[in-house]
Amino acid sequence: MKKIYPSAEAALEGVLKDGLLVASGGFGLCGIPERLLDAMRDSGVKDLTFASNNAGIDNEGIGKLLRTKQVKKMISSYVGENKEFERQYLAGELEVEFCPQGTLAERMRAGGAGIPGFYTKTGVGTQVAEGKEVKVFGGEEYILEEGIFADLSIIKAWKADETGNVVFRKTARNFNVPAATCGKVCVVEVEEIVPVGSLDPDAIHLPGVFVQRIVVGAPYDKKIEFTTTREREAV
Amino acid sequence: MSEEAEGWTRNEMAARAAKELQDGFYVNLGIGIPTLVANYVPKDITVTLQSENGMLGIGPFPYPDEVDPDLINAGKQTISELPHSAYFDSAASFGMIRGGHIDLTVLGAMGVAENGDIANWMIPGKMIKGMGGAMDLVAGVKKIIVVMEHTSKNGDPKFIPSCTLPLTGRNVVDMVITDLAVFQRPDHDSPFKLVEMAPGVTAEEVAAKTTANYVS
Repeated sequence: MKKIYPSAEAALEGVLKDGLLVASGGFGLCGIPERLLDAMRDSGVKDLTFASNNAGIDNEGIGKLLRTKQVKKMISSYVGENKEFERQYLAGELEVEFCPQGTLAERMRAGGAGIPGFYTKTGVGTQVAEGKEVKVFGGEEYILEEGIFADLSIIKAWKADETGNVVFRKTARNFNVPAATCGKVCVVEVEEIVPVGSLDPDAIHLPGVFVQRIVVGAPYDKKIEFTTTREREAV
Repeated sequence: MSEEAEGWTRNEMAARAAKELQDGFYVNLGIGIPTLVANYVPKDITVTLQSENGMLGIGPFPYPDEVDPDLINAGKQTISELPHSAYFDSAASFGMIRGGHIDLTVLGAMGVAENGDIANWMIPGKMIKGMGGAMDLVAGVKKIIVVMEHTSKNGDPKFIPSCTLPLTGRNVVDMVITDLAVFQRPDHDSPFKLVEMAPGVTAEEVAAKTTANYVS
């Protein structure tokens, strides 16, 4: 059981092909799989569908693969701050399925948990409900949403041990956990691989059963979209 | 005709929304004026702010030398943590929201209807950025407060008989705070009632700039 790969390219070998449905972690540019996205771009694989909360920004994150026109469709909740995305979308070159953020997270979680569909009150009475089954529970309407069963999950974490037990750092956890669980193959890039036994078993965020391949992605860019600070009080 | 009162500023609207906070509340604040509500939390109560990207206990903006790219809010701004902060993934985050564990949310809107419908995510014909977490918030949070300007830039009322823009949620809004007035309803079967006006604003002025039916 060897899960550690020497490079992002090697970690994706044999799993990339045109037309894949890829679940990607990250929120904005926080906790995105930088090296795996680079390797996917460099591989030239195309017609990809990404289930990802955002689509990166211009030439960052999934934006890198938009620029090279490798993306056919996005399943996302928010796609602002991305000029190339906007151009392709308005030109009809890119398909977009808008999905409420919580519904997207739950669709991934459900897919990973073997649940093909679930009812939610999010989106009832809105465009999101169009074409979806409505069912009444306790006098309230709910709509049927489908689980996401991805071909590939690409994830960014903080640390993994050699068996793929993973921990994340602060708000970089975000979509990485649900996205990790819903792919047939889950590739995780980390800042550091640590020896088995050095992570607290009570504090594992993603157990190794969900992880097939691990690669060290450091050094990281970790771009910040909006740096906001306060003044240090005078002493 | 007398000169029109100026109404509440953005900060005053946020301060008015902050009066709805209660000790022990878990609260999610939207982007824009709602974010300012955090500056007006009464000193004698404890309120925990939730960020839907996976955090409870949002702290203030960090000092310049403590900026951390792994620590952002839902507006993608850098923030800091507090002693009682907790992190979790997006599915757990929206479990809290959808599951009714968050007490209150404050959101902006393009329009609110007299039946409590809200529209705040898209304008047909314009580039759609997406609804983010707004539809989940209005569907699941216990109390929904909308803070918005009373009229649009060209003077059209925003509290209206029925929403003309695509909905974010149906019959979900509990309170509307504008620069001119506050409207509230006790439950989702009751009409909104005009409960407060900004200093100098008259009921006649509110009526003239509102097309929604409400109890005055």
